[in-house]
Amino acid sequence: MSADLSELYQQVILDHNRRPRNRGKLPTANRVAHGNNPSCGDECSVHLRLDGDRIAEITFDGSGCAISQASASLMTTQLKGKTAAEAQKLYDEFHHIVTTGEAPAEISDLAAFAGVHTFPARIKCATLGWHAALNALKGDPLPATTETHKD
Amino acid sequence: MFDLARTRADFPILHQQVNGKPLVYLDNGATSQKPRCVIDALVHYYERDNSNVHRGLHALSMRATDAYEGARARVAKFIHAADPAEIIFTRGTTESINIIAHGWARAHLKAGDVILTTEMEHHSNLVPWQQAARAVGATVRYIPVLGADAEGGLDYAALDTLLTPAVKLLAFTHISNTLGTINDAARLCARARAIGAVTVIDAAQSIGHTRIDVEALGCDFLAFSGHKMCGPTGIGVLYGRRDLLDQLAPDETGGGMVVSVTYEGATWKPSPERHEAGTPNIADAIALGAACDYLDEIGRDAIAAHDHHLAQIAMEKLSVIPGIRIIGPRAGQPRGGLVSFAFAEVHAHDIVTFADEDGLALRGGHHCNQPLMRKLGLTSTTRASFYLYNTAAEIDVLVASLHRIQKFFVG
Repeated sequence: MSADLSELYQQVILDHNRRPRNRGKLPTANRVAHGNNPSCGDECSVHLRLDGDRIAEITFDGSGCAISQASASLMTTQLKGKTAAEAQKLYDEFHHIVTTGEAPAEISDLAAFAGVHTFPARIKCATLGWHAALNALKGDPLPATTETHKD
Repeated sequence: MFDLARTRADFPILHQQVNGKPLVYLDNGATSQKPRCVIDALVHYYERDNSNVHRGLHALSMRATDAYEGARARVAKFIHAADPAEIIFTRGTTESINIIAHGWARAHLKAGDVILTTEMEHHSNLVPWQQAARAVGATVRYIPVLGADAEGGLDYAALDTLLTPAVKLLAFTHISNTLGTINDAARLCARARAIGAVTVIDAAQSIGHTRIDVEALGCDFLAFSGHKMCGPTGIGVLYGRRDLLDQLAPDETGGGMVVSVTYEGATWKPSPERHEAGTPNIADAIALGAACDYLDEIGRDAIAAHDHHLAQIAMEKLSVIPGIRIIGPRAGQPRGGLVSFAFAEVHAHDIVTFADEDGLALRGGHHCNQPLMRKLGLTSTTRASFYLYNTAAEIDVLVASLHRIQKFFVG
């Protein structure tokens, strides 16, 4: 397997793809947003319970490639307990990682997605769940789509 | 059977490495590669004959006009149309279908009428009908696809109840881009014609792969793209029966398609000029004519036999891969030169990314066929689609790659 491909499919990503965390609906959710990638058909819904400005609980469901599913799974583990502003900041860092491949040392598991930057067509896969989560936080009623959002 | 090595030599693009491996191009359902003679036709036109058509009296314009109209006659012969005036050059299948949906359907349909199509249509032969129906208050109905894996093809028995007098138009794909199913086009046209409905065939997947005879099929309209039959992108064809085309309101108006223009209004030329406003895509039409020559030289029966041969080998070798689900006709049944499959544990996009590393060009996704995917309980499949330059050895590359991918993701 090439270096680029093993960089893309890191162990962390494979693990989250095989055993997604926080997958399913959330009966207590007070925010839900749906995301889709019309060019490939990937779908991801994010369900969260906001307690004040803080994400008390978060789950996702949907279907898609290993990159999109692992990214959404990992995202839920990172966003729990965060405020909307913190979530936005984390997304900005994640976006920087997947578009440049540069990952600051302190940013934990999200760095596993650095390999995405050599596969530009897959950046949308990695960011799909995040778009849905940010929309849910904003209370945006429109489905998040990778075609109208910047990657 | 034709000489495969010689055929491959005709396609310059095939002789390259991708990711350090020989290119194995199995995305012909999306677009085919171009033989040297088609590329040469484009170069020749731009180097020797380039000029605007139909209005010039100088040498180059006459040469360009002769070549352009020659291409129209060539395409007419290719599909056995009675008259070159029945060939409208368009941008491709999508534009061809939209011309009928705008010009014919909206003018002739009224509230309560039915447009009949099938559950296996590409979005390009589905959305224009939905839009036309919405505009006039008509309804779109669907001929069901049979079987959990769509292996049963169209439900022809359902035609007895679906073909009511309210059906004014029947539109269907000749070969499904997602399933590989070959529909019985002549039978469908005959049934529709018996109740006076107009018929539209989407021949995008069949045109370069099998013999097409519009008179034998008995269709009213037929749409296809040049780029899936060894021709250039940006050129396609709408075939229509002459009387229908001459009644059809032009979708676009402007220069070249008018008889007389005053400050008060204008009158239209008959087909084909009526439907080709503005300067047409001259170079690509001429190169499409070259593609017709190329395919006929090899022989479309031989190409169809080669497609069938490769599809059966692929069915046999893919069906034993653990966890694979193949949709469309079962092994041994007639099938166009493509195979679509899915794995429960591995998404199509991961497969395509991995296979690319082995030099394979595959397609993964919903294939512009979302309603069918939903019906089959799938969000995407991976598709390998073959053409006249593909070999049995390339299927072995595909199979080896899929085994490797399966092992990586599932263990």
